[in-house]
Amino acid sequence: MTVSKEYLKAEREQSWRVDIRGLMKNKDRTALVRVHMGEVDPKERILSNIEVNKGLTQEEAVNEARRCLDCPDPTCITGCPVEINIPKFVKRIEQGEFVEAAKVLKQTSTLPAVCGRVCPQEKQCEAKCFYKLKLKKDPVAIGYLERFAADYERESNQMSVPDIAANNGIKVAVIGSGPAGLTFAGDMAKQGYDVTVFEALHEIGGVLKYGIPEFRLPNNIVDVEIDILSKMGVKFENNFIVGRTATIEDLKEEGFEAFFTGSGAGLPRFMNIPGENYIGVLSSNEYLTRINLMHAASPETDTPIVSGKNVAVIGGGNTAMDSVRTAKRLGAERAMIIYRRSLEEMPARVEEIKHAQEEGIEFMTLTNPVEYFADSTGRVNKVRVQKMELGEPDASGRRRPIPVEGSEYEIEVDTVVVSVGVSPNPLIPSSLPQLETTRWGTIVVDEEKLQSSIPEMFAGGDIVRGGATVILAMGDGRNAAAAMHNYLQEKHNS
Amino acid sequence: MNKIVDKEFFSENVVRLEIEAPRIAKARRAGHFVIVKVGKNGERIPLTIASANPEKGTITLVVQRVGVSSRRLAELNIGDEITDLVGPLGQATHIENFGTVLACGGGVGVAPLLPIVEAMKKAGNKVITVIAARTKDLIILEDQIKQYSDELIVMTDDGTYGEKGLVTDAMEKVLQREKVDLSVVIGPAIMMKFASLTTEKYEVPTYASLNTIMVDGTGMCGACRITVGGKTKFVCVDGPEFDAHKVDFDEMLLRLNGYKEIEKEAEQNYLHSKDKK
Ligand SMILES: Cc1cc2nc3c(=O)[nH]c(=O)nc-3n(C[C@H](O)[C@H](O)[C@H](O)COP(=O)(O)OP(=O)(O)OC[C@H]3O[C@@H](n4cnc5c(N)ncnc54)[C@H](O)[C@@H]3O)c2cc1C
Ligand SMILES: Cc1cc2nc3c(=O)[nH]c(=O)nc-3n(C[C@H](O)[C@H](O)[C@H](O)COP(=O)(O)OP(=O)(O)OC[C@H]3O[C@@H](n4cnc5c(N)ncnc54)[C@H](O)[C@@H]3O)c2cc1C
Ligand code: SF4
Ligand code: SF4
Ligand code: FES
Repeated sequence: MTVSKEYLKAEREQSWRVDIRGLMKNKDRTALVRVHMGEVDPKERILSNIEVNKGLTQEEAVNEARRCLDCPDPTCITGCPVEINIPKFVKRIEQGEFVEAAKVLKQTSTLPAVCGRVCPQEKQCEAKCFYKLKLKKDPVAIGYLERFAADYERESNQMSVPDIAANNGIKVAVIGSGPAGLTFAGDMAKQGYDVTVFEALHEIGGVLKYGIPEFRLPNNIVDVEIDILSKMGVKFENNFIVGRTATIEDLKEEGFEAFFTGSGAGLPRFMNIPGENYIGVLSSNEYLTRINLMHAASPETDTPIVSGKNVAVIGGGNTAMDSVRTAKRLGAERAMIIYRRSLEEMPARVEEIKHAQEEGIEFMTLTNPVEYFADSTGRVNKVRVQKMELGEPDASGRRRPIPVEGSEYEIEVDTVVVSVGVSPNPLIPSSLPQLETTRWGTIVVDEEKLQSSIPEMFAGGDIVRGGATVILAMGDGRNAAAAMHNYLQEKHNS
Repeated sequence: MNKIVDKEFFSENVVRLEIEAPRIAKARRAGHFVIVKVGKNGERIPLTIASANPEKGTITLVVQRVGVSSRRLAELNIGDEITDLVGPLGQATHIENFGTVLACGGGVGVAPLLPIVEAMKKAGNKVITVIAARTKDLIILEDQIKQYSDELIVMTDDGTYGEKGLVTDAMEKVLQREKVDLSVVIGPAIMMKFASLTTEKYEVPTYASLNTIMVDGTGMCGACRITVGGKTKFVCVDGPEFDAHKVDFDEMLLRLNGYKEIEKEAEQNYLHSKDKK
């Protein structure tokens, strides 16, 4: 999917855009400084799950929108995996037409309030902004503005239920309710299909619910989106594991004609080092699931959690940051990141690293665990780590960490959260032997159509890409819906 | 959904629940389990499907009250609905005609043993079953087990019923007496450990069905991991049955106690809050 230059140009020539551009000289626009997002004070926010970023005020948003030059060649769009028409929505904000801005977002992104919060903007749209590329200045705060428009629409109760085509009576099934599945479901419902989403867990939302914590992405934001899907006629069946509760064959017999698998990369990896099965060593999935899905930290719930005093989190991705900051909020005195590369190589969003540092998280970079030790009850009490140095770049382009001989030392811990990556969920592949997969267990699909080796089965998101991002999962859901629509129309018209 | 259609107490702390779950009733095989959550704030706990009636669309669970969550479940009545129920989970038991099968259940482990005994019998095996408990009142499902066993030995620790002694005493007797081709043991971890040591002596292949702590039950969290033959396995997706002679039971025993203090406290609070009502 690429938006054509001609289309963007025609949009840019609309009179309202020309008028807005004329309001200020480019020189004055570039003289403005990037807005600073208001944040809850670190000392206060670590006492609760309150969202850290406060969002922009209307005035801040309009001012920030003024910085955007509405470039003739908007390079920012090339940085967005779903090619949101960025200058158009930003100029709608400058105009004060916030609901219109949200509409622009929704043409391409189904969950703008989510993406505005969790996209790694500094590597995507904002990295390709003219300010960054040519002026060497702070880019336009595209992510903040996206969040602003989506929040405005929701908070002013102006969220509209999209128009739905007449019901065409064709039943399609969605496996998994993460961002890929939800996006797919929305697009198919719009085109008149009878859509059912099956979810293994008792809550809808995938990683958005069980993984990403409340202080980064409040659950109610996801719930509002799910509610709209329900109003569009999408049916949700939770506690339903496709492949176990019913097989694909069973569902076909019940009239489902095509399937979209968005089952995610939910399986935790461990490092297979000695002592990793001691009590108190958990995967980040277990840790975050206990807190976010089971609400274990609340006294009202039955699920237990150990709130450690000395918590070490192994890894440097978003999941590691979410775990370590959760540990801090549960009252850890020392909450540590142990990461084998340096700060520059960390895959986590820059903002999360910054927030973590403000919250007093200790960063032990170029350090790797080699063994855990436990007391007589089997509870972990120490981790032995080793210092690392960076060698030549590896296949991923990142410099490879090499252990430094004789540099081992021990750190006292009572909880360790292992956050070194995830593998694709094997439930669907293992229940469908004919389905072609890679040796990493991801489903093989046609790049454009997202169709698998089984013609009526499409797939997208982390089950195809391995651990990726929310916006890429959504993009897949959207492309798969378009392709499945063609597939089903052809089938029914021939 | 998930409506309780029948309920019966086997003893003060062990209850049988028959629940409407047509899809699970149809899909399940011996050895499968479900995850149950009672109430919005409930915990997800694993329970074996003791039996199922696909025509009626129901499954049967046998639950022992040990803590908050099992209590909440046992307190539900006929007509109540279970908030969340998902399954069937885990790998089904490998059933074939092995010859002679020695099936051993301890405590509430007799419940998950029942479908296996039934399936083994139907596959043509000679089935010798040992069921054991601390005392007479804790012996459950005796009649149902008997129906599918060629021989049934009941053991109680205190001798109030059946023979006095441990599961392993009865196992020794059978193993000395005749050739056994396969043994299946289900019960408290400590019982499975010693039962496994017993069959190892006689070189009888043995499966144990492990009851680790679980959260999701779908392979997503790793809470259920244990070491089998030196490798880490997830009980919910790789099991729950494993080659008992390769299971690191000592590690499993430690891991089961990971949340013991918190759980005890939770149970006290729960009982306390009920007293106040
Ligand atoms: C802690 C954490 C933080 C993250 N932070 C960010 C971030 O800041 N920015 C970002 O862009 N990305 C982030 N990611 C990554 C992002 O969340 C994922 O890339 C994205 O959620 C993938 O979406 P998905 O729809 O493919 O699958 P998921 O969100 O994983 O959803 C898959 C769903 O399918 C269900 N399922 C699986 N098998 C079955 C079955 N057989 N039947 C029924 N249901 C099934 C699962 O239960 C699950 O709910 C983070 C991930 C984690 C874990
Ligand atoms: C695959 C599988 C199948 C199971 N099938 C059954 C079944 O058919 N019937 C049944 O009654 N139980 C079964 N169990 C055990 C059941 O899941 C636990 O008893 C239950 O989770 C306890 O929850 P609770 O909140 O009531 O007690 P908790 O408060 O969690 O625990 C109370 C006490 O029980 C101990 N305990 C906790 N979990 C377990 C466990 N898994 N096994 C043994 N002791 C434990 C704790 O150490 C604690 O001392 C099964 C477990 C697994 C993994
Ligand atoms: S969806 Fe993500 S990458 Fe695209 S414009 Fe929004 S924040 Fe940027
Ligand atoms: S590149 Fe930057 S300044 Fe140009 S249109 Fe995009 S956001 Fe605006
Ligand atoms: S219970 Fe979570 S992986 Fe087994």
